[in-house]
Amino acid sequence: MGVEIQIDQLTKSFGKQLIWGDVTLTVPAGEICVMLGPSGTGKSVLLKTLIGLLKPDKGSVVIEGTDIASCPEKDLYEIRKLFGVLFQDGAMFGSMNLYDNVAFPLREHTRKTESEVRDVVMEKMDLVGLIGAEDKLPGEISGGMRKRAGLARALVLDPQIVLFDEPDSGLDPVRTSFLNQLIIDLNAQTDATFLIVTHDINTARTVPDNIGLLYHKHLAMFGPREMLLSSEEPVVRQFLNAQRVGPIGMSEEKDADELAAEQGQDLPPLPPIPLQQEPSNGIPRRGQRPPGEWCRENGVTPPDGSFESTNAGIAV
Amino acid sequence: MSSITASRALAPIGTAGKLFAFGLDVGRALFRRPFQLREFLQQAWFIASVTIVPTALVAIPFGAVIALQVGGLIKQFGAQSFTGSASVLAVVREAGPIATSLLIAGAGGSAIAADLGARKIREELDAMMVLGIDPIQRLVVPRVLACMLVAVFLNGLVSVVGVAGGYVFNVVLQDGTPGAYLASFTALAQLPDLWQGMAKALIFGLIAAIVACYMGMNAGGGPKGVGDAVNESVVITFLLLFVVNFVMSAIYFQLVPPKTG
Repeated sequence: MGVEIQIDQLTKSFGKQLIWGDVTLTVPAGEICVMLGPSGTGKSVLLKTLIGLLKPDKGSVVIEGTDIASCPEKDLYEIRKLFGVLFQDGAMFGSMNLYDNVAFPLREHTRKTESEVRDVVMEKMDLVGLIGAEDKLPGEISGGMRKRAGLARALVLDPQIVLFDEPDSGLDPVRTSFLNQLIIDLNAQTDATFLIVTHDINTARTVPDNIGLLYHKHLAMFGPREMLLSSEEPVVRQFLNAQRVGPIGMSEEKDADELAAEQGQDLPPLPPIPLQQEPSNGIPRRGQRPPGEWCRENGVTPPDGSFESTNAGIAV
Repeated sequence: MSSITASRALAPIGTAGKLFAFGLDVGRALFRRPFQLREFLQQAWFIASVTIVPTALVAIPFGAVIALQVGGLIKQFGAQSFTGSASVLAVVREAGPIATSLLIAGAGGSAIAADLGARKIREELDAMMVLGIDPIQRLVVPRVLACMLVAVFLNGLVSVVGVAGGYVFNVVLQDGTPGAYLASFTALAQLPDLWQGMAKALIFGLIAAIVACYMGMNAGGGPKGVGDAVNESVVITFLLLFVVNFVMSAIYFQLVPPKTG
Protein backbone atom coordinates (compact mmCIF):
# COMPACT_ATOMS: atom_id res chain seq x y z
CA MET A 1 0.00 0.00 0.00
CA GLY A 2 1.28 3.43 -0.91
CA VAL A 3 1.58 6.37 1.42
CA GLU A 4 0.15 9.85 1.02
CA ILE A 5 2.38 12.95 0.96
CA GLN A 6 0.73 16.14 2.22
CA ILE A 7 2.61 19.26 1.23
CA ASP A 8 1.39 22.47 2.83
CA GLN A 9 2.47 26.07 2.22
CA LEU A 10 5.99 24.96 1.32
CA THR A 11 8.42 27.80 0.58
CA LYS A 12 12.09 27.55 -0.28
CA SER A 13 14.68 30.15 -1.15
CA PHE A 14 18.45 30.12 -1.51
CA GLY A 15 19.75 33.29 0.07
CA LYS A 16 17.53 36.07 -1.26
CA GLN A 17 16.42 34.15 -4.32
CA LEU A 18 12.98 32.60 -3.94
CA ILE A 19 12.78 29.19 -5.62
CA TRP A 20 9.09 28.59 -5.10
CA GLY A 21 6.56 29.74 -2.56
CA ASP A 22 3.34 28.47 -0.99
CA VAL A 23 3.33 25.11 -2.74
CA THR A 24 0.34 23.18 -1.41
CA LEU A 25 -0.67 19.80 -2.77
CA THR A 26 -1.44 16.26 -1.73
CA VAL A 27 0.19 13.41 -3.58
CA PRO A 28 -2.52 10.73 -3.27
CA ALA A 29 -1.54 7.31 -1.94
CA GLY A 30 -0.89 4.67 -4.55
CA GLU A 31 -1.18 6.99 -7.55
CA ILE A 32 1.34 8.15 -10.12
CA CYS A 33 2.01 11.87 -10.23
CA VAL A 34 4.19 13.86 -12.57
CA MET A 35 5.65 17.22 -11.61
CA LEU A 36 6.40 19.35 -14.64
CA GLY A 37 8.01 22.70 -15.07
CA PRO A 38 10.39 24.60 -17.32
CA SER A 39 14.09 24.04 -16.64
CA GLY A 40 15.32 25.82 -13.56
CA THR A 41 12.00 26.12 -11.73
CA GLY A 42 13.22 24.07 -8.79
CA LYS A 43 11.68 20.69 -9.54
CA SER A 44 14.70 18.84 -8.20
CA VAL A 45 14.76 21.16 -5.20
CA LEU A 46 11.17 20.18 -4.49
CA LEU A 47 12.11 16.51 -4.65
CA LYS A 48 15.04 17.02 -2.29
CA THR A 49 12.80 18.90 0.11
CA LEU A 50 10.34 16.00 0.14
CA ILE A 51 13.04 13.64 1.37
CA GLY A 52 14.46 16.09 3.86
CA LEU A 53 17.78 16.71 2.11
CA LEU A 54 16.91 20.40 2.00
CA LYS A 55 15.05 22.26 4.72
CA PRO A 56 12.21 24.50 3.49
CA ASP A 57 11.96 28.05 4.82
CA LYS A 58 8.41 27.40 5.91
CA GLY A 59 5.61 24.92 5.42
CA SER A 60 5.33 21.23 6.09
CA VAL A 61 5.65 17.89 4.35
CA VAL A 62 3.64 15.29 6.26
CA ILE A 63 4.12 11.59 5.64
CA GLU A 64 2.41 9.10 7.95
CA GLY A 65 1.95 11.80 10.58
CA THR A 66 5.60 12.90 10.58
CA ASP A 67 6.55 16.34 9.36
CA ILE A 68 9.72 15.89 7.29
CA ALA A 69 10.46 19.61 7.42
CA SER A 70 10.73 19.82 11.20
CA CYS A 71 11.24 16.33 12.62
CA PRO A 72 14.52 15.37 14.32
CA GLU A 73 17.24 13.74 12.26
CA LYS A 74 16.64 10.33 13.86
CA ASP A 75 13.01 10.19 12.70
CA LEU A 76 14.10 11.43 9.30
CA TYR A 77 16.37 8.44 8.79
CA GLU A 78 13.51 6.15 9.87
CA ILE A 79 10.97 7.68 7.52
CA ARG A 80 13.41 7.61 4.62
CA LYS A 81 13.29 3.83 4.67
CA LEU A 82 9.81 4.21 3.12
CA PHE A 83 11.36 6.00 0.16
CA GLY A 84 13.06 4.85 -2.98
CA VAL A 85 14.71 7.66 -4.88
CA LEU A 86 16.15 7.64 -8.37
CA PHE A 87 18.63 10.49 -8.76
CA GLN A 88 19.29 12.25 -12.04
CA ASP A 89 22.60 10.51 -12.67
CA GLY A 90 21.73 7.38 -10.70
CA ALA A 91 24.09 8.43 -7.86
CA MET A 92 25.69 4.99 -7.76
CA PHE A 93 28.53 4.47 -5.27
CA GLY A 94 31.60 4.73 -7.49
CA SER A 95 33.74 2.41 -5.42
CA MET A 96 31.34 -0.55 -5.60
CA ASN A 97 30.24 -2.65 -8.55
CA LEU A 98 26.60 -2.68 -9.58
CA TYR A 99 25.78 -5.80 -7.58
CA ASP A 100 27.16 -4.34 -4.33
CA ASN A 101 25.44 -1.05 -5.09
CA VAL A 102 22.05 -2.70 -5.38
CA ALA A 103 22.74 -4.97 -2.41
CA PHE A 104 23.88 -2.04 -0.24
CA PRO A 105 20.50 -1.09 1.29
CA LEU A 106 19.71 -4.75 1.97
CA ARG A 107 23.01 -5.33 3.74
CA GLU A 108 22.65 -2.14 5.79
CA HIS A 109 19.02 -2.42 6.79
CA THR A 110 18.04 -6.08 6.80
CA ARG A 111 19.38 -9.24 8.37
CA LYS A 112 19.07 -11.22 5.15
CA THR A 113 21.69 -13.86 4.41
CA GLU A 114 23.91 -13.40 1.38
CA SER A 115 21.88 -15.91 -0.64
CA GLU A 116 18.63 -14.09 0.14
CA VAL A 117 20.30 -10.82 -0.78
CA ARG A 118 21.42 -12.39 -4.03
CA ASP A 119 17.85 -13.47 -4.91
CA VAL A 120 16.44 -9.98 -4.33
CA VAL A 121 19.27 -8.22 -6.15
CA MET A 122 19.03 -10.52 -9.17
CA GLU A 123 15.26 -10.05 -9.32
CA LYS A 124 15.65 -6.24 -9.40
CA MET A 125 18.54 -6.39 -11.87
CA ASP A 126 16.37 -8.52 -14.12
CA LEU A 127 13.53 -6.00 -13.79
CA VAL A 128 15.69 -3.19 -15.16
CA GLY A 129 17.42 -5.40 -17.73
CA LEU A 130 20.91 -5.36 -16.28
CA ILE A 131 21.56 -9.08 -15.86
CA GLY A 132 25.16 -9.73 -16.85
CA ALA A 133 26.43 -6.30 -15.82
CA GLU A 134 26.63 -7.00 -12.07
CA ASP A 135 30.42 -6.88 -11.93
CA LYS A 136 30.81 -3.58 -13.74
CA LEU A 137 31.78 -0.42 -11.90
CA PRO A 138 29.48 2.61 -12.33
CA GLY A 139 32.27 4.44 -14.15
CA GLU A 140 32.42 1.75 -16.82
CA ILE A 141 28.82 1.88 -18.01
CA SER A 142 26.68 4.36 -19.93
CA GLY A 143 24.49 6.97 -18.32
CA GLY A 144 21.36 5.05 -19.23
CA MET A 145 22.65 1.91 -17.56
CA ARG A 146 23.62 3.88 -14.46
CA LYS A 147 20.11 5.24 -14.34
CA ARG A 148 18.59 1.79 -14.58
CA ALA A 149 20.96 0.49 -11.92
CA GLY A 150 19.92 3.43 -9.73
CA LEU A 151 16.31 2.37 -10.22
CA ALA A 152 17.14 -1.21 -9.18
CA ARG A 153 18.76 0.12 -6.02
CA ALA A 154 15.82 2.44 -5.31
CA LEU A 155 13.39 -0.49 -5.56
CA VAL A 156 15.34 -3.03 -3.56
CA LEU A 157 13.73 -2.29 -0.20
CA ASP A 158 10.20 -2.38 -1.71
CA PRO A 159 9.57 1.32 -1.00
CA GLN A 160 6.10 2.81 -0.34
CA ILE A 161 7.00 6.02 -2.13
CA VAL A 162 9.17 6.16 -5.22
CA LEU A 163 10.58 9.49 -6.38
CA PHE A 164 12.10 9.88 -9.83
CA ASP A 165 14.31 12.80 -10.74
CA GLU A 166 14.07 13.05 -14.53
CA PRO A 167 13.95 9.33 -15.33
CA ASP A 168 14.00 10.09 -19.06
CA SER A 169 16.99 12.43 -19.29
CA GLY A 170 19.85 10.64 -20.98
CA LEU A 171 17.72 7.68 -22.05
CA ASP A 172 16.83 6.94 -25.65
CA PRO A 173 13.13 7.04 -26.63
CA VAL A 174 12.81 3.26 -26.64
CA ARG A 175 14.29 2.87 -23.16
CA THR A 176 12.17 5.80 -21.98
CA SER A 177 8.98 4.09 -23.07
CA PHE A 178 10.13 0.81 -21.53
CA LEU A 179 10.86 2.70 -18.33
CA ASN A 180 7.42 4.30 -18.43
CA GLN A 181 5.85 0.87 -18.85
CA LEU A 182 7.97 -0.36 -15.93
CA ILE A 183 6.69 2.49 -13.75
CA ILE A 184 3.08 1.61 -14.62
CA ASP A 185 3.67 -2.10 -13.96
CA LEU A 186 5.46 -1.44 -10.67
CA ASN A 187 2.59 0.73 -9.54
CA ALA A 188 0.14 -2.02 -10.48
CA GLN A 189 2.15 -4.63 -8.57
CA THR A 190 3.07 -2.73 -5.43
CA ASP A 191 0.50 0.08 -5.14
CA ALA A 192 3.35 2.38 -4.13
CA THR A 193 3.06 6.14 -4.56
CA PHE A 194 5.07 7.47 -7.50
CA LEU A 195 6.20 11.03 -8.01
CA ILE A 196 8.07 11.74 -11.23
CA VAL A 197 9.86 14.99 -11.91
CA THR A 198 10.41 15.52 -15.60
CA HIS A 199 9.97 17.81 -18.55
CA ASP A 200 9.31 15.06 -21.03
CA ILE A 201 5.86 15.85 -22.42
CA ASN A 202 5.32 12.36 -23.75
CA THR A 203 5.76 10.86 -20.29
CA ALA A 204 3.61 13.53 -18.72
CA ARG A 205 0.73 13.01 -21.15
CA THR A 206 0.46 9.24 -21.03
CA VAL A 207 1.81 7.90 -17.72
CA PRO A 208 0.44 9.71 -14.67
CA ASP A 209 -2.87 9.84 -12.83
CA ASN A 210 -2.13 13.41 -11.74
CA ILE A 211 -0.04 16.24 -13.13
CA GLY A 212 1.41 19.28 -11.41
CA LEU A 213 3.07 22.25 -13.08
CA LEU A 214 5.64 24.44 -11.37
CA TYR A 215 6.03 27.79 -13.04
CA HIS A 216 7.24 31.25 -12.06
CA LYS A 217 8.03 30.37 -8.43
CA HIS A 218 4.70 28.79 -7.63
CA LEU A 219 2.60 25.72 -8.31
CA ALA A 220 0.53 26.78 -11.32
CA MET A 221 -1.82 23.82 -11.24
CA PHE A 222 -2.12 20.34 -9.77
CA GLY A 223 -4.87 17.88 -10.57
CA PRO A 224 -6.02 14.83 -12.51
CA ARG A 225 -4.35 14.24 -15.86
CA GLU A 226 -7.42 15.04 -17.91
CA MET A 227 -7.98 18.28 -16.07
CA LEU A 228 -4.57 19.62 -17.09
CA LEU A 229 -4.64 18.18 -20.59
CA SER A 230 -7.96 19.86 -21.31
CA SER A 231 -7.06 23.08 -19.49
CA GLU A 232 -7.30 26.41 -21.29
CA GLU A 233 -4.98 28.06 -18.74
CA PRO A 234 -2.25 29.65 -20.91
CA VAL A 235 0.81 28.38 -18.99
CA VAL A 236 -0.48 24.84 -18.65
CA ARG A 237 -1.63 24.77 -22.23
CA GLN A 238 1.64 26.10 -23.59
CA PHE A 239 3.80 23.73 -21.60
CA LEU A 240 1.79 20.54 -22.05
CA ASN A 241 1.63 21.10 -25.79
CA ALA A 242 5.23 22.29 -26.21
CA GLN A 243 4.27 25.54 -27.93
CA ARG A 244 6.20 28.77 -28.31
CA VAL A 245 3.12 30.96 -28.03
CA GLY A 246 2.28 31.66 -24.40
CA PRO A 247 3.62 33.21 -21.24
CA ILE A 248 6.77 31.05 -20.95
CA GLY A 249 9.81 32.53 -22.72
CA MET A 250 13.31 31.35 -23.39
CA SER A 251 14.83 32.47 -20.11
CA GLU A 252 11.83 32.71 -17.76
CA GLU A 253 8.48 34.36 -18.27
CA LYS A 254 8.21 36.64 -21.30
CA ASP A 255 8.24 40.38 -20.85
CA ALA A 256 5.28 42.62 -21.65
CA ASP A 257 6.50 43.54 -25.17
CA GLU A 258 6.81 39.98 -26.29
CA LEU A 259 3.42 39.10 -24.84
CA ALA A 260 1.86 42.13 -26.53
CA ALA A 261 3.34 41.06 -29.86
CA GLU A 262 1.60 37.72 -29.46
CA GLN A 263 -1.78 39.33 -28.74
CA GLY A 264 -3.34 38.72 -32.12
CA GLN A 265 -1.99 35.23 -32.61
CA ASP A 266 -4.42 32.37 -32.33
CA LEU A 267 -3.41 29.57 -30.03
CA PRO A 268 -3.31 26.28 -31.90
CA PRO A 269 -6.26 24.03 -30.98
CA LEU A 270 -5.77 21.67 -28.05
CA PRO A 271 -4.52 18.31 -29.28
CA PRO A 272 -6.56 15.21 -28.42
CA ILE A 273 -6.03 13.70 -24.98
CA PRO A 274 -4.23 10.36 -25.34
CA LEU A 275 -5.25 7.19 -23.55
CA GLN A 276 -3.31 6.43 -20.40
CA GLN A 277 -0.65 3.73 -20.68
CA GLU A 278 -1.99 0.47 -19.17
CA PRO A 279 -0.23 -2.22 -17.15
CA SER A 280 1.22 -4.85 -19.46
CA ASN A 281 -0.94 -7.61 -17.93
CA GLY A 282 -4.09 -5.60 -18.72
CA ILE A 283 -5.44 -5.60 -15.16
CA PRO A 284 -6.30 -1.99 -14.24
CA ARG A 285 -4.31 -0.34 -11.50
CA ARG A 286 -6.00 0.79 -8.29
CA GLY A 287 -5.33 4.45 -9.03
CA GLN A 288 -6.46 4.23 -12.62
CA ARG A 289 -9.68 5.95 -13.73
CA PRO A 290 -11.66 5.16 -16.88
CA PRO A 291 -10.72 7.40 -19.81
CA GLY A 292 -12.84 10.54 -20.04
CA GLU A 293 -14.38 10.09 -16.59
CA TRP A 294 -13.03 13.33 -15.18
CA CYS A 295 -14.14 15.26 -18.27
CA ARG A 296 -17.67 13.83 -18.03
CA GLU A 297 -17.95 14.51 -14.31
CA ASN A 298 -16.82 18.09 -14.71
CA GLY A 299 -18.71 18.87 -17.90
CA VAL A 300 -15.58 19.45 -19.95
CA THR A 301 -15.67 18.52 -23.59
CA PRO A 302 -12.38 16.88 -24.45
CA PRO A 303 -10.79 17.89 -27.78
CA ASP A 304 -11.85 15.91 -30.85
CA GLY A 305 -10.21 12.53 -31.24
CA SER A 306 -9.41 12.15 -27.53
CA PHE A 307 -9.05 8.75 -25.87
CA GLU A 308 -8.51 6.94 -29.13
CA SER A 309 -4.85 6.00 -28.86
CA THR A 310 -1.92 6.19 -26.49
CA ASN A 311 -0.18 8.39 -29.02
CA ALA A 312 0.89 11.43 -27.08
CA GLY A 313 -0.94 13.66 -29.55
CA ILE A 314 1.43 16.58 -29.48
CA ALA A 315 0.49 19.23 -32.04
CA VAL A 316 3.31 19.67 -34.50
CA MET B 1 26.11 47.52 1.94
CA SER B 2 27.43 47.48 5.49
CA SER B 3 25.53 44.28 6.17
CA ILE B 4 27.25 42.60 3.21
CA THR B 5 30.68 43.65 4.48
CA ALA B 6 29.79 42.49 7.96
CA SER B 7 28.54 39.14 6.74
CA ARG B 8 31.71 38.73 4.65
CA ALA B 9 33.92 39.64 7.58
CA LEU B 10 32.08 37.28 9.88
CA ALA B 11 31.98 34.38 7.42
CA PRO B 12 35.14 32.68 8.78
CA ILE B 13 33.60 32.64 12.26
CA GLY B 14 30.53 30.94 10.83
CA THR B 15 32.72 28.35 9.14
CA ALA B 16 34.65 27.76 12.36
CA GLY B 17 31.38 27.26 14.19
CA LYS B 18 30.09 24.81 11.57
CA LEU B 19 33.36 22.91 11.68
CA PHE B 20 33.08 22.64 15.45
CA ALA B 21 29.43 21.53 15.20
CA PHE B 22 30.49 18.92 12.67
CA GLY B 23 33.12 17.71 15.13
CA LEU B 24 30.41 17.34 17.79
CA ASP B 25 28.22 15.41 15.35
CA VAL B 26 31.11 13.06 14.71
CA GLY B 27 31.63 12.66 18.45
CA ARG B 28 27.98 11.69 18.87
CA ALA B 29 28.02 9.28 15.94
CA LEU B 30 31.15 7.66 17.40
CA PHE B 31 29.06 5.77 19.90
CA ARG B 32 26.20 4.83 17.63
CA ARG B 33 25.99 1.17 16.69
CA PRO B 34 26.67 -0.65 14.43
CA PHE B 35 30.33 0.24 14.26
CA GLN B 36 31.67 0.10 10.69
CA LEU B 37 34.62 -2.20 11.32
CA ARG B 38 35.18 -3.07 7.69
CA GLU B 39 35.27 0.52 6.54
CA PHE B 40 37.55 1.37 9.48
CA LEU B 41 40.07 -1.34 8.58
CA GLN B 42 39.99 -0.45 4.89
CA GLN B 43 40.56 3.22 5.65
CA ALA B 44 43.30 2.54 8.19
CA TRP B 45 45.07 0.38 5.64
CA PHE B 46 44.59 2.96 2.92
CA ILE B 47 45.86 5.89 5.00
CA ALA B 48 48.81 3.84 6.24
CA SER B 49 49.68 2.81 2.70
CA VAL B 50 49.77 6.40 1.41
CA THR B 51 51.70 7.78 4.40
CA ILE B 52 54.23 5.18 5.63
CA VAL B 53 56.88 5.54 2.95
CA PRO B 54 56.79 9.36 2.71
CA THR B 55 56.87 9.57 6.51
CA ALA B 56 59.95 7.38 6.75
CA LEU B 57 61.62 9.37 4.01
CA VAL B 58 60.80 12.67 5.70
CA ALA B 59 61.93 11.40 9.10
CA ILE B 60 65.51 10.61 8.01
CA PRO B 61 66.47 14.15 6.95
CA PHE B 62 64.45 15.50 9.87
CA GLY B 63 66.56 13.49 12.33
CA ALA B 64 69.72 14.39 10.47
CA VAL B 65 69.05 18.11 10.40
CA ILE B 66 68.27 18.13 14.10
CA ALA B 67 71.46 16.21 14.82
CA LEU B 68 73.35 18.74 12.72
CA GLN B 69 71.87 21.79 14.43
CA VAL B 70 71.95 20.42 17.94
CA GLY B 71 75.39 18.88 17.43
CA GLY B 72 76.86 22.19 16.31
CA LEU B 73 75.19 24.14 19.10
CA ILE B 74 76.17 21.68 21.78
CA LYS B 75 79.77 21.66 20.61
CA GLN B 76 79.82 25.42 21.21
CA PHE B 77 78.59 24.82 24.76
CA GLY B 78 81.11 22.01 25.16
CA ALA B 79 78.46 19.49 26.17
CA GLN B 80 78.93 16.87 23.46
CA SER B 81 77.90 14.08 25.80
CA PHE B 82 74.31 15.37 25.68
CA THR B 83 73.97 15.20 21.88
CA GLY B 84 71.95 12.01 21.89
CA SER B 85 69.66 13.23 24.60
CA ALA B 86 69.02 16.53 22.87
CA SER B 87 68.17 14.97 19.55
CA VAL B 88 65.85 12.43 21.21
CA LEU B 89 64.06 15.28 22.95
CA ALA B 90 63.70 17.25 19.73
CA VAL B 91 62.55 14.29 17.66
CA VAL B 92 60.20 12.71 20.15
CA ARG B 93 58.67 15.89 21.52
CA GLU B 94 58.30 18.03 18.43
CA ALA B 95 59.57 16.60 15.17
CA GLY B 96 57.62 13.33 15.47
CA PRO B 97 54.18 14.87 15.94
CA ILE B 98 54.87 17.67 13.42
CA ALA B 99 56.16 15.38 10.68
CA THR B 100 53.24 13.06 11.37
CA SER B 101 50.76 15.89 11.14
CA LEU B 102 52.21 17.15 7.87
CA LEU B 103 51.95 13.71 6.33
CA ILE B 104 48.53 12.92 7.78
CA ALA B 105 47.14 16.22 6.55
CA GLY B 106 48.99 16.26 3.24
CA ALA B 107 48.62 12.64 2.18
CA GLY B 108 45.78 11.17 4.27
CA GLY B 109 43.61 14.28 4.69
CA SER B 110 43.79 15.32 1.06
CA ALA B 111 42.82 11.81 -0.05
CA ILE B 112 39.86 11.80 2.35
CA ALA B 113 38.71 15.26 1.26
CA ALA B 114 38.97 14.31 -2.41
CA ASP B 115 37.11 11.05 -1.88
CA LEU B 116 34.24 12.57 0.10
CA GLY B 117 34.14 15.63 -2.16
CA ALA B 118 33.74 13.46 -5.25
CA ARG B 119 30.98 11.52 -3.51
CA LYS B 120 29.29 14.76 -2.54
CA ILE B 121 29.16 16.30 -6.01
CA ARG B 122 28.01 13.04 -7.58
CA GLU B 123 25.09 12.98 -5.11
CA GLU B 124 26.36 9.75 -3.57
CA LEU B 125 26.09 11.23 -0.08
CA ASP B 126 22.52 12.36 -0.79
CA ALA B 127 21.74 8.90 -2.08
CA MET B 128 23.16 7.41 1.09
CA MET B 129 21.07 9.67 3.30
CA VAL B 130 18.01 8.81 1.25
CA LEU B 131 18.72 5.12 1.75
CA GLY B 132 18.42 5.86 5.47
CA ILE B 133 22.12 5.76 6.23
CA ASP B 134 23.91 8.57 8.04
CA PRO B 135 27.13 9.34 6.12
CA ILE B 136 28.72 10.68 9.30
CA GLN B 137 28.30 7.34 11.00
CA ARG B 138 28.98 5.24 7.92
CA LEU B 139 31.89 7.17 6.35
CA VAL B 140 33.24 9.88 8.63
CA VAL B 141 33.59 8.03 11.94
CA PRO B 142 35.66 5.16 10.49
CA ARG B 143 37.90 7.66 8.71
CA VAL B 144 38.44 9.75 11.82
CA LEU B 145 39.30 6.71 13.93
CA ALA B 146 41.55 5.30 11.21
CA CYS B 147 43.38 8.61 10.93
CA MET B 148 43.91 8.76 14.69
CA LEU B 149 45.22 5.21 14.83
CA VAL B 150 47.56 5.65 11.89
CA ALA B 151 48.80 9.00 13.27
CA VAL B 152 49.87 7.34 16.52
CA PHE B 153 51.72 4.62 14.62
CA LEU B 154 53.33 7.11 12.27
CA ASN B 155 54.49 9.12 15.26
CA GLY B 156 56.26 6.00 16.56
CA LEU B 157 57.75 5.46 13.13
CA VAL B 158 59.06 9.02 12.90
CA SER B 159 60.54 8.77 16.40
CA VAL B 160 62.41 5.56 15.63
CA VAL B 161 63.59 6.57 12.18
CA GLY B 162 64.46 10.10 13.32
CA VAL B 163 66.51 8.94 16.29
CA ALA B 164 68.24 6.30 14.16
CA GLY B 165 68.96 8.91 11.47
CA GLY B 166 70.36 11.25 14.09
CA TYR B 167 72.54 8.41 15.40
CA VAL B 168 73.99 7.67 11.97
CA PHE B 169 74.60 11.33 11.28
CA ASN B 170 76.10 12.04 14.68
CA VAL B 171 78.31 8.97 14.90
CA VAL B 172 79.38 8.63 11.29
CA LEU B 173 79.63 12.21 10.15
CA GLN B 174 80.13 14.30 13.26
CA ASP B 175 82.59 11.97 14.99
CA GLY B 176 80.37 11.48 18.00
CA THR B 177 80.82 8.33 20.06
CA PRO B 178 78.07 5.71 19.93
CA GLY B 179 78.27 5.17 23.66
CA ALA B 180 77.77 8.81 24.53
CA TYR B 181 74.86 9.12 22.08
CA LEU B 182 73.02 6.12 23.50
CA ALA B 183 73.95 6.67 27.14
CA SER B 184 72.69 10.24 27.17
CA PHE B 185 69.19 9.21 26.01
CA THR B 186 67.79 9.20 29.49
CA ALA B 187 69.76 12.19 30.78
CA LEU B 188 67.21 14.81 29.74
CA ALA B 189 64.42 12.81 28.10
CA GLN B 190 61.79 11.03 30.14
CA LEU B 191 58.87 8.70 29.53
CA PRO B 192 56.15 11.42 29.58
CA ASP B 193 57.87 12.91 26.51
CA LEU B 194 56.86 9.81 24.61
CA TRP B 195 53.28 9.93 25.92
CA GLN B 196 52.85 13.55 25.01
CA GLY B 197 54.18 12.83 21.52
CA MET B 198 51.56 10.11 21.14
CA ALA B 199 48.81 12.29 22.57
CA LYS B 200 49.74 15.02 20.12
CA ALA B 201 49.69 12.59 17.20
CA LEU B 202 46.27 11.31 18.31
CA ILE B 203 44.82 14.83 18.46
CA PHE B 204 46.47 15.80 15.16
CA GLY B 205 44.97 12.76 13.47
CA LEU B 206 41.55 13.71 14.85
CA ILE B 207 41.79 17.31 13.66
CA ALA B 208 43.16 16.40 10.22
CA ALA B 209 40.41 13.83 9.63
CA ILE B 210 37.58 16.06 10.85
CA VAL B 211 38.70 19.02 8.76
CA ALA B 212 39.19 16.82 5.68
CA CYS B 213 35.76 15.17 6.11
CA TYR B 214 34.04 18.50 6.74
CA MET B 215 35.60 20.10 3.67
CA GLY B 216 34.88 17.06 1.51
CA MET B 217 31.26 16.78 2.61
CA ASN B 218 30.66 20.47 1.99
CA ALA B 219 32.30 20.60 -1.42
CA GLY B 220 30.09 22.27 -3.99
CA GLY B 221 30.01 23.50 -7.53
CA GLY B 222 31.28 20.59 -9.56
CA PRO B 223 34.79 19.17 -9.99
CA LYS B 224 36.42 22.53 -9.23
CA GLY B 225 34.71 22.51 -5.86
CA VAL B 226 36.40 19.22 -5.02
CA GLY B 227 39.82 20.69 -5.87
CA ASP B 228 39.08 23.72 -3.71
CA ALA B 229 37.91 21.51 -0.86
CA VAL B 230 41.13 19.48 -0.92
CA ASN B 231 43.23 22.61 -1.05
CA GLU B 232 41.35 24.29 1.79
CA SER B 233 41.38 21.19 3.93
CA VAL B 234 45.18 20.87 3.73
CA VAL B 235 45.78 24.57 4.42
CA ILE B 236 43.29 24.77 7.30
CA THR B 237 44.62 21.56 8.83
CA PHE B 238 48.20 22.88 8.75
CA LEU B 239 47.18 26.13 10.41
CA LEU B 240 45.18 24.36 13.09
CA LEU B 241 47.84 21.75 13.77
CA PHE B 242 50.64 24.26 14.33
CA VAL B 243 48.47 26.28 16.70
CA VAL B 244 47.33 23.17 18.57
CA ASN B 245 50.93 21.93 18.71
CA PHE B 246 52.00 25.14 20.38
CA VAL B 247 49.15 25.01 22.89
CA MET B 248 49.77 21.36 23.74
CA SER B 249 53.50 21.96 24.18
CA ALA B 250 52.81 24.87 26.51
CA ILE B 251 50.39 22.79 28.56
CA TYR B 252 52.84 19.92 28.68
CA PHE B 253 55.60 22.10 30.11
CA GLN B 254 53.22 23.29 32.80
CA LEU B 255 52.12 19.77 33.71
CA VAL B 256 55.42 17.89 33.51
CA PRO B 257 58.46 19.64 34.92
CA PRO B 258 61.65 19.20 32.86
CA LYS B 259 64.02 16.56 34.18
CA THR B 260 66.96 17.97 36.09
CA GLY B 261 70.31 16.32 36.60
